[in-house]
Amino acid sequence: MTAMVKAEGIHKRFGRLEVLKGIDLEVQRGEVMCMLGPSGSGKSTFLRCINHLEKINAGRLYVDGELVGYREKDGKLHELREREVIDKRAQIGMVFQHFNLFPHMTALENVTLGPVRVLKLSREEARKRGRELLARVGLDDKVDTYPVALSGGQQQRVAIARALAMAPKLMLFDEPTSALDPELVGDVLDAMRQLARDGMTMIVVTHELGFAREVADTVVFMDEGVVVEAGRPEAVLGNPQHERTRTFLSKVL
Amino acid sequence: MATSELTKRGTGRPDEIKAVPVRHPGRWIAAVIVLWFAAAAIRSIVTSKGFEWNIVGQYLFDHRILHGMLATIYLTVLCQVIGVVLGVIAAVMRLSPNPIVSGVSWLYIWFFRGTPLLVQIVFWYNIASLFPTITLGVPFGPAFVHGSANTIITPLVTAALGLGLNEGAYMSEIVRAGIISVDEGQTHAAQSIGLSRLQIMRRIVLPQAMRVIIPPTGNETISMLKNTSLLVAASYGELFFSAQSIYDVNYRVIPLLIVASIWYLVMTSVLYVGQYFIERRFGRGFTRAERATMRARWIGFANRGAAGV
Repeated sequence: MTAMVKAEGIHKRFGRLEVLKGIDLEVQRGEVMCMLGPSGSGKSTFLRCINHLEKINAGRLYVDGELVGYREKDGKLHELREREVIDKRAQIGMVFQHFNLFPHMTALENVTLGPVRVLKLSREEARKRGRELLARVGLDDKVDTYPVALSGGQQQRVAIARALAMAPKLMLFDEPTSALDPELVGDVLDAMRQLARDGMTMIVVTHELGFAREVADTVVFMDEGVVVEAGRPEAVLGNPQHERTRTFLSKVL
Repeated sequence: MATSELTKRGTGRPDEIKAVPVRHPGRWIAAVIVLWFAAAAIRSIVTSKGFEWNIVGQYLFDHRILHGMLATIYLTVLCQVIGVVLGVIAAVMRLSPNPIVSGVSWLYIWFFRGTPLLVQIVFWYNIASLFPTITLGVPFGPAFVHGSANTIITPLVTAALGLGLNEGAYMSEIVRAGIISVDEGQTHAAQSIGLSRLQIMRRIVLPQAMRVIIPPTGNETISMLKNTSLLVAASYGELFFSAQSIYDVNYRVIPLLIVASIWYLVMTSVLYVGQYFIERRFGRGFTRAERATMRARWIGFANRGAAGV
């Protein structure tokens, strides 16, 4: 069976700045991978490459066995048209550090927008599923609330429901709890834990070592655009082999 | 003292504070001075012979004036709609990654913002001398309309071209500012659920940009209403033209200008009220306590006056 995500020698530059310097990774179906590392190490950029919000400069990136953003024909790469990129992107859910809920829409409208406009579900069907998803993240009483009247933790859970509404095969989390007050982190992590138990393939950029230790199947430590260390959480977190990993962990703890 | 009061009552809420407010005699003195000057100004306006208030009353509901007013309203709506549509198109073009597309938009904005509106109107009015015949159709392709410029460029077309094209240039800058004001994260989130560029613009960016776009657009509409009076140069029969054609005959210039001004004030006042409701509509989801109404402000003023808060 093919891996859900397969990265081979990914390079990404912003102008002269090389952010990713050859990333090789594999994420299997149903696996939860947590990515750790200091800010600026390229974790978020890597996530954004996976759903082609950023174009990579070198290497090959596959999601579900298919090349991201390109089609390979006769040994040549052809850029995909916008429609094709969008179709693939819609199958990958993404949750952002700053939630990025649509402020002019209620929680339910946020959740149903994609299903109605992209998946072309009927409004009633989308609303029914939207309510179920909001209930799943514990927000059945906030259906008609605008984001501004929700706490950060509630907003982030709506954002998770919004991503799940597209029935994604892969979920990307970009520091989902970094912008939250400490007492609100737990609810968001609970929702993610539930998702992992349900068998969702997840890549989580996070600083929550407890969550990584408990939920992750693989932990990856990145620094300065390369993967320094990867493996089982108890190995990487409990017995790091590299000096840089040890230094980072001692600072985070 | 207060503490003993509290301890005496033991549990329960302490009393609401009822303090003697600080007095502000300065505010009262300033108000009296301003009112005194205002009263003097009103007295001179009402009693001065030159205003000829009886003539004002006589012509206020004259059918020619009311007719001109209807034309003014019609023109304002028409030209503002043209301006908004052109403005959105020009703004989206301006933000296009294609340098030709954005360059053309820049040129349009540069030209129409850089020349006086009155000059533009007179220019369109005299376009017949530049292009005696006009053909509308696909460039280098089939024509749909063909004829003498004098028959095609009616005063109404002059008005729509002059005011509409000019307004489009100003509106595009307003729309562009609105689009830029929307956080980039919104676009990222919309992309991640698979919306297309057009859908993102229509469903996510523009509705949020509205909050920034609406207040200046209200101002633009009010300006537009007043700028329709410039069409007097194109002999279009709007409100000012009607007033002018009456005083050209009876020489009652001042009273008829007052008549026109009264109606302009009435119309702009209606627009102010409309703007308030539209702003409230598009402010949804941005503020929790968004009902800072005029009423609340007046009550606030009264409270300040009485309690000195």
